[in-house]
This record gives sequence, structure tokens and C-alpha cells, in this order.
Amino acid sequence: MSDQNKEYLILRDNNEYEVIIGLEVHAQVLSESKLFSSSPTKFGSEPNTQVSLVDAAFPGMLPVINEFCIKQAIKTGIGLNAKINNKSIFDRKNYFYADLPQGYQISQYKNPIVGEGSVTLDMPDGEKMIGIERLHLEQDAGKSIHDIDPQNTLVDLNRSGVALMEIVSKPDLRSLDEVNAYIKKLRSIMRYLGTCDGNMQEGSLRADVNVSVRKKGETELGTRCEIKNVNSIKFMQMAIDYEANRQVDIIEEGGSIDQETRLFDTKKNETRSMRTKEDAHDYRYFPDPDLLPLELNDDFINEIKKEIPELPDEKKKRFIEKFNLSPYEANILVSDIETSKYFEDVSKKSDVKLATNWITGELFALLNNKSIEITESPITSENLAKLINLIKDGTISGKIAKTVFEIMADSGKDPKNIVEKKGLKQQSDPKELEKIIDKVIIDNPKNVEAYKSGKDKLFGFFVGQVMKQSNGKANPQLVNEILKKKLN
Amino acid sequence: MSEINNLKLCDLVDKIKNKKLSSKEITEAFINRSKKSSKLNSYITDNFDNALNRAKEFDEKPDFNKKIPGIPLAVKDLFCTKNLRTTAGSKILENFIPTYESTVTQNIIDHGGIIIGKLNCDEFAMGSSNETSNYGNVQNPISENLVPGGSSGGSSAALAAKLTPATIGTDTGGSIRQPASFTGTVGLKPTYGSCSRYGIVAFASSLDQAGPMTQDVKDCALLLEVMSSFDTKDSTSVEFTRGDYLNDLNENIKGKKIGIPKEYRVDGMPKEIEDLWEKGIKIIKDNGGDVIDISLPNTNYALPTYYIVAPAEASSNLARYDGVKYGFRSKGENLIDMYEKTRSEGFGDEVKRRIMIGTYVLSSGYYDAYYLKAQKVRRLIKNDFDEAYKKVDAILTPSTPSSAFKIGEKLNDPVSMYLNDIFTVPINLAGIPAISIPAGHDNNGFPLGLQIIGKAFDEQNILNIAYSIEKNIGYKNHINDWWIK
Repeated sequence: MSDQNKEYLILRDNNEYEVIIGLEVHAQVLSESKLFSSSPTKFGSEPNTQVSLVDAAFPGMLPVINEFCIKQAIKTGIGLNAKINNKSIFDRKNYFYADLPQGYQISQYKNPIVGEGSVTLDMPDGEKMIGIERLHLEQDAGKSIHDIDPQNTLVDLNRSGVALMEIVSKPDLRSLDEVNAYIKKLRSIMRYLGTCDGNMQEGSLRADVNVSVRKKGETELGTRCEIKNVNSIKFMQMAIDYEANRQVDIIEEGGSIDQETRLFDTKKNETRSMRTKEDAHDYRYFPDPDLLPLELNDDFINEIKKEIPELPDEKKKRFIEKFNLSPYEANILVSDIETSKYFEDVSKKSDVKLATNWITGELFALLNNKSIEITESPITSENLAKLINLIKDGTISGKIAKTVFEIMADSGKDPKNIVEKKGLKQQSDPKELEKIIDKVIIDNPKNVEAYKSGKDKLFGFFVGQVMKQSNGKANPQLVNEILKKKLN
Repeated sequence: MSEINNLKLCDLVDKIKNKKLSSKEITEAFINRSKKSSKLNSYITDNFDNALNRAKEFDEKPDFNKKIPGIPLAVKDLFCTKNLRTTAGSKILENFIPTYESTVTQNIIDHGGIIIGKLNCDEFAMGSSNETSNYGNVQNPISENLVPGGSSGGSSAALAAKLTPATIGTDTGGSIRQPASFTGTVGLKPTYGSCSRYGIVAFASSLDQAGPMTQDVKDCALLLEVMSSFDTKDSTSVEFTRGDYLNDLNENIKGKKIGIPKEYRVDGMPKEIEDLWEKGIKIIKDNGGDVIDISLPNTNYALPTYYIVAPAEASSNLARYDGVKYGFRSKGENLIDMYEKTRSEGFGDEVKRRIMIGTYVLSSGYYDAYYLKAQKVRRLIKNDFDEAYKKVDAILTPSTPSSAFKIGEKLNDPVSMYLNDIFTVPINLAGIPAISIPAGHDNNGFPLGLQIIGKAFDEQNILNIAYSIEKNIGYKNHINDWWIK
């Protein structure tokens, strides 16, 4: 589906179509309590246990802004290199639905807390900047459950009032790979900042996807369709691919695209019309009279700026400069904050190059196999550093190290203990090695003859024999040196 | 009528502090008179048994340091009261029993007050005659078949009839001051942000303000002290030093500059109101105040502005009454059908009218022409007052353009009904305080009120001016208990 071509184009007869994508990402603010009430926000709680009178919209209940959520939005804005607005306004978006207790959602319409910014993507052919239009704060709705009671719809208000950041991109995305990179980058930035856990399974990150197509070379944007509430990168890509092809087919047949809101059916892998522009809701936005305009002075914003940690882009730069990593390696190591922490811990105590290779190679494979996060790794950063040091000081060979690594993965034990207990220490005593080598030479006179008459390739045979005789513990470098001396 | 019922709030507080009367005696007196006064229909829900127990508890363990120790009070049924039904005058909340207490009623309880019942009001406080209540008309104790004003009509009637020594109302466009004026009582709308809106059923959030309704200005000062507080549960609550209103009450208005706005001399205003206004002006002059002619040029736009802003907010505030979570629910074929039936049957005509107006003015394509423009005019109206207060300390006007009218007289003429609020509405739009005090009678012997408007957070000043006028004007309510037979 997602081809690795640089350009994502849809081809029909002689026409090439470019796909224009913009995302409205809804990111749940990482916060103990809701945007306008003190209810807890714990995921997976029993229905209707995380609900206050404010969340359930009882008569006379009033919203009171949660300052922590404001700070989280500001932090995120800073992470998106965006303008923090000194004045923003909370509006009411009015519509009726059973899981919307107030009959309106408190959101920010004309005056969002965060203005324009940008996100840099690292694509195989270089960096690409994606513009951010705005970030605003809003309340989540509750959840309607249609499949428990045969007669009634049940409503769970646990999510009602939970703080969301809606991050709106400019229509700058051009391919499925860019969508993938963009979501991952956003998630990475927010995890670094601790403003959103980015957990798509739990719904902490969802997106509305805007898609339009145009013939390659055209400069005007085509009419877009909005695909609502897609909750995984894979589904986003499937939905975009389906939708872009649908639009191209219509244009190819001489039709035109209707601006509308569509739903993605993950089972049928297709998008379906939800409502057209004509029957779009009139949300009757107006400033919420229960809340005063949110005014932030520069001192407040500057204080928050001081709390911003090193973000992926800066960290990547530092890794390249300080550790001499390739951009590719640096990218992998900084994409997740926990990985970068792990890497820095290991590299502080051991060789950077080996640390890079072992983490991106063996460790990632292990985590992948076990489907666990790096924070759950059975091999601590300290133990991995020890293992690398054992290689570095010649105590074990790289090959033995892999065996040790496997034992560490199963037991979580200190590599030094494993090496000692299992007697895996490398044989680096030249006299001992010479004995083995002499024996191998004596045992294989024909091969020695052949080697000396020019069959260079047989050198590997001798190395293999020595390793076999030493149960793999011979120091390969020394073996090479001594063998060369003896055979030449 | 027991002698106790004739005592004012401050007198009752004295009697209780001096142990001349017990809380039980006082509470019983007001409950008994309330029970005999069902014809007024001023109560929606009583709390008599519970209140009597509270009174006994108070007498067993009295705390005389409280501001209103052991004093019974009935309150407008717009305040949510814990474990006590709160209807807002609507069918849609006919069985709603809050699990929480509004901040203002909590303040009353914390200061020693005892809630004896919930008083009738226009549905969701939308009305000027108490005729839109789902729980029936309220009779004005002044005369049979006379409206008590609205929306705090049950409050004004119960107060004037002495079923409660004082009461509280809410005022969005005049809902405290107009009924006070119609019943010969005192009513004050504080500065917006003075009394917490937490737990008050919302009508129009940017205009709603709770306030005291009392027999006289002294009582008003005391009750305001009890009600007013900074509350972190209401984002529009303002943190300012609240006055010692009763202690600082002072009838000396010498040198005070009082403005008389020419725009309030509206066409067709009855001569008796004109005379009343002159009487007020004369008292101010006689007591050393300076009377200064001023202009509030945008006054004419206040009523149309109000009838855009208030319904707009109401249309959104009332969206929560949808039959899903609490209150009245009608059975429907599906969700939309349930909504439509619940809201059609649960709301009365006036509420529906305002929801429709509000929905219309917020609709896309009309928002700029109505709501946005109204907000701009609102700013101009506030600027008018700011300008005026560069020259004067307070403003004197009549409270209403006419005295109380007959029940049914204006019910089918909404515009004429809305015109009742012409003198009170600008004050809510500007967010400033104003008090209505009884000042005279019309030819029928119906009460008429004067309104003193102040600067923001300058409640003490208007209380003082009101106190001075009250002392000199010699107003007395003529009530003959016609409803008790």
C-alpha cells in the first residue's frame, strides 16, 4: 500500500494526480484531571466513575479552567515552534448528542491558545517542514455504547470533559509516508514534553484527515473531504489511499468532488459519506460566558519555556555532533525519548559506536520480538554497557557477546556473572593459543601445503579449526595474528 | 399575624442575640403564616419540617456570632439546594433534587440561616410577572389578581406578605428590582461577580446575578454581606474587598453627586412616576446632595441588545435539559424524537420563544448582524456609564415605567411585557450594581420604586443613598392580608 517512492502519485491513463493531505490531530492532554473540572482522567475505569457534577452538566454547574492543562498546551505549542497567543477565548460549540451533557462542547474557535508553527520530518530524501496552522484546547465528549442493552443506548461520561489539544496542520503532507512520519514526530515531541502519552489504542491520539487531489503541476487546491476520527496510522493511510483514489476516479469520469465529511469503515476499507456541506451542523459558536478570556502574560510563557527539555531535533543534532553518529542512526535513537535516554546511559559508560550498534541491532530485535517497550527491557542500560565493555577490553568476543546477550535477555543478569559462571571468557594467552594453532597445523598437513601454494582462502579454514578447538573462546584477533606468522 | 412576622431581619437578629426570641419561635411564626398563605402560591416546595428541626438544633447549640443566627429564610427556586427539590419554575426539572448546595445558599446556611422553602419564579427566570412558571401564578399581596413582578415573583410576594423575613432572588434584566418595586420592598442587584453563580440554574450567564430582597435598606445591607463572597468555583466571581455593608451604612449624602439621565424620561411615562422621581431628587437636594443632569445616550438600544444577548446565552444554557441525564423525559421513537418531545413538553412558551430567538441570533449568517453587534452595543452602554461616573457618584431613576399590572394583562403581549425592564436592563448589561427602594404609590395605591445605580463594586454608596431616601420618604406598605380568610 505505502510504496517507498519519493512521490506519492495516483496514475490514470496519462494523468498523474498529486494527493494533498492535512491532519487535525486530537491529542489528549496528559493531566490528572479534566479541562474544566477536578475529576480524574484514568483510562479504563468503570463507566461513569470519573465524572463530576460539572462533567455531567448538572444545573448551575460552572467550568473552571485547569491551569495545568493550559501549561501543557503552551508546552506543546513551544515544541511545535509555534506562536503562543497572549489572549485566547473559549467558545461554545452547540449541538445535541446523548454523550454531550452540556449540549455544547467548550472549544476554541476564532482565538486559539497556539498559533502558527512547524514540524520537521526526516524523510529518506531529506528534511521536510510541515506547517502547523494552530493548536487549540477543547473538551472531549462522553461515549455512547450501543451494544450492551438491546433497547437503549448507554452513555459513559468518563471521557466527558477530558482535555484535548487539536493540532491542525497545513495541507502540506503529500504521501502516506509523510503522514506516518508526521504522526510519529508529533507523538515523539509530545512524549518528550510529557504533554500527551500518544497512546493510539487508548484513544489518546486520533485524527481527522483532510484529503484532496489535483493534477500534478496544478497550483490550486482541489475540493477536500474530511475523514473523521481515524485512530491508527495504518487506518489513516488506508483511508487516504482509498479516498484519494475515489476522488481521482470521480474527476477522471468528468465529475467534481463534493465537500463533505466522511467516515472510514475499517472492515470494508472504504470511506462513506457522513454528511454533505449542505447538511453540515450550524454549531452556533459564541464565546462561553462562564469563562473569561484566557490572558497569558509573557512572564508566564517564559517560565514555561524554561521547563522545556531538549527536543528530538536538538537532540539529534547533538548526537551527530557529539557522538559522530550518522543522521540515520541519530534519528532512530532520538525518535523515542526513552530510547534516547537508554542510549545516553549506555554510551556514558561504554563505547558509543558499539552502543549504537547493539541498541539499534540486538536490543531493538529483542524488544520487537517480545513486543515490549524499552522501559520494560530485561537488559538494563547498565548491563548493556557492561557487556560492551567486556567486548571492548577483550574479555569476550563479539560472537560470545551475542550468546551472553541472549542469556541476559532471559535472565536479566549481570553479563560479568554470566561470563564467569559459564566460563565464556576469551582465550587471549598467546602461548595457549600457539599450542592449539600448532596442533591444527600438524593435523592438517595437506591444507597447509595447499595454502602455501597460493590457496589464500584456506586461511578461514584454519581460523575455524582453532575456534572449534577452543570452543569458540579464542581471541579471534590474536588467532589471526599468530596463524599468519606460522603459516607464512 | 404574629408580632414576630412584623419584625425585620435586623430586628430578628437582635431579638435572637438578646435571647428574646428563639429560632424555633421565629421559624414557627413564618412557617405558620406561610401555611395560611397558600392562596398567594408563593412557594413551589416547602422545607418546613426540616427547617423546624434545624431551628431546634440551633436553639440547643446556638452560635450568636453568626450574621443571621437561626433566622428562617425562603429562597427563589433558582438556587440549587441540597436534598431539596429545585425546579427553576419549570416542568423539565419538576422532580430534580440536587445533591449539592449553591454557594449563595451555602453562605446563608454558614451564617446561621435556615432555608424554609423554595419560592415560585418565572420559568428559568424568564418573565416579568411570574406568569410563566409551571407552578402557577403568584398573587401580589398588595392586591388580588395583581402580579408580584418577575422573575423573582414568589420571593417578592413572600417577602411583602411577611412569609419570610427576607429573601434572595436573581436578577438578569431586572428580576429582583422590578418585583421589589411592584411589592413595596427593597431589592438589590449587586455588581456582576459579587455573588457566586455556582449552583444557580443559569439563564444568561453574563448577566445573572443573585441579590438580596428585604423589607428595608438595613436588612438589605446585612443580607448582601451574607451572600457576597469570592468563589473559585465560579470563574466570573471577582476577588475584591467586600464591604462591612451594615456597619458602614450611613445616611449622610452631603456632597454626593447624583446623576439624572435624561434618556430615562421615556414617552408615555405616567405622571405619578415622574412625580416620584422629582420627590427623590428633592430629598437628595434637601440632604445636601448635588443633582446633576447626565446623558446615557445608548439607553434606547439597551432593551433590544438585552433581548439578543440574554436569549443567545439562554439557548445554549438550556441545551443541557435534554431528558438524558436528569429531569423530565418524554418517551420517543429515537434520540431526536425523545429530545423534541422532552423539550416541547418540558418547556413553557416563553422559554421556547427565547430559545428560538437565541438560536436564531447565533446562527451562521446572522451572528454578526445580531449577536456580535449586540456585544458591541453592550460595550457602548457600559461606556455611557463609565463616562457618567466621571461626573457623578451614582444615578437616580425610577425602577419601572409603571406599577404592577393585573394577572393576564400582558401575558399575550411579550413586547409590552419586555418594556417593563426598560430601566433595569441597562444595569445588567453594564455589570454594575443597582438598588430599588419603595418610594410611593400610584393612584390605585400600588407601590412604585426608585432605582439608585452605582459604580462597579460600590454597593456601599448606593446602600447609603438608598438609606437616606428611605429615611426621608416615609414609605409604608398597605397590606390587609386579603388572602387569609
